Amino acid sequence: MFLKDYIKDIYGAIKSLLVGLNRTGYYFTHHKEIITEQYPDNRATLVMAERFKGEVVMPHDANNEHRCTGCTACELACPNGTIKVVTKFEVNAEGKKKKAIDKLVYHLELCTMCNLCVVACPSDAIKMAPTFEHSVYDRSLLTKILNNPGSKIMEGVE
Amino acid sequence: MWSLSKIASSIHEWLSSTFNPTITQVIEMVIAGVSIIGLFAVLGLVLVLMERRVAAWIQIRLGPNRVGPLGLLQSMADTVKLLVKEGLTPNGADKFLFNLAPFIAMIVAMLLMAPIAFAKDFQLWDLNIGVLYVSAVSSIMVISILMAGWSSNNKYSLMGAMRSGAQIVSYELSAGLAILSIVVLTGSLQVSTIIQSQADGWWIFKGHIPAIVSFVIFMIAVTAETNRAPFDLAEAESELTAGFHTEYSGMKFALFFLSEYVNVFIVCAIGATIFLGGWMPFHIGHWESFNHIMDYIPSSIWFFGKTFMLIFLIMWFRWTFPRLRIDQLLNLEWKYLLPISMLNLLIMTAIAILGWHF
Repeated sequence: MFLKDYIKDIYGAIKSLLVGLNRTGYYFTHHKEIITEQYPDNRATLVMAERFKGEVVMPHDANNEHRCTGCTACELACPNGTIKVVTKFEVNAEGKKKKAIDKLVYHLELCTMCNLCVVACPSDAIKMAPTFEHSVYDRSLLTKILNNPGSKIMEGVE
Repeated sequence: MWSLSKIASSIHEWLSSTFNPTITQVIEMVIAGVSIIGLFAVLGLVLVLMERRVAAWIQIRLGPNRVGPLGLLQSMADTVKLLVKEGLTPNGADKFLFNLAPFIAMIVAMLLMAPIAFAKDFQLWDLNIGVLYVSAVSSIMVISILMAGWSSNNKYSLMGAMRSGAQIVSYELSAGLAILSIVVLTGSLQVSTIIQSQADGWWIFKGHIPAIVSFVIFMIAVTAETNRAPFDLAEAESELTAGFHTEYSGMKFALFFLSEYVNVFIVCAIGATIFLGGWMPFHIGHWESFNHIMDYIPSSIWFFGKTFMLIFLIMWFRWTFPRLRIDQLLNLEWKYLLPISMLNLLIMTAIAILGWHF
């Protein structure tokens, strides 16, 4: 009984090793599909993955309108204080006061790209962009204001 | 026809006609030493590049392609970098042993070059116990690793060195028994006799299944002996940073690195000599014309071709298999390889006595 298990062990081990060798041997002999990106050379044709998280951006439409209501959910969700929402009060047509954002300050140098702010946002105002060439010579350039100057909130976003 | 042995004998004739025997001897020793060192440098450059290429191709990458045409000068650039780097000795280290260890590793590799037949009649020292000499001297390797690990005054180094000790001591056994099963067939430990006995066919074909089994065991054991993945517990990057050479930098690290590759070359050369007929060309029974064509290929090309094929095999292992744990490593040796190789040796002896081999 013991001997049978022993031989079975050896047979199974050799078989699994040969399967592995076969796989890598296939890759070695079929040198076509290459996953290496020769980055600075292929900058023009570089395609980043959909899910790549490079920095937080706030998309604006053609009328320079965003979807941010200034609820500060992203600021509360951020684990390391990367986002600061500066709000102001606007008076709308009916004379009512309404909360809106003045500035949404984003510190790229503190961000860990954890995506928690994007998940927390109730109105889909912010998202992750696939950019990655963030290096600058001055650290203050990494502090960004996400809403465009003069932008306002989109109609119908509460 | 062009051959290494003719070049060697013409140099010898010219030297002995110009100088007296003593000076001839001295000059020949110097030439041999310089050519071995040159071979080391070339092997280091070629094997490092080959390893990186094989690794890249297996992992669907491109490998080094920036330095020189097709990246061929990459290992040259690495060498220059290592030469320029500072060779640091840690404060708490045993300075003498720490600096001695890489040289011992190198000297062992150099000693192992002596009995290898690189081509027909081209061998440094054809001593009558060649194979025994190789397995004896290769165990000195572990001393340099233990020395490096102990003198570094670093727990990772020490752990790596201890693992390496356990590993080499156990795997020497099955490597020795695998070699022994061929020695049983040839009845000689001399490298040139072993090669001559394969003139009508290599032992891996002539020795039936036991020869193939012992070849497989030999390849596993020498992979373990040279501390390469999947048996690279002595280095184990993910657990021990770099194992026994954690504290080494610059040229001293480069010597360890080089000795690893030279050792791989040597064990593959031994494997090629014992199982695949060394410099013997490939012959098939009575196909006279085919055999003549094979004879036309120079013997040195046969030797290096076989050796590099085995080196490729070992590199293939490295980039395919995951690393073993230390208990799995010792289990594999003592529970599987050793009993199998003992049984194999028994069968091989029976075959040799009954004359069943071709």
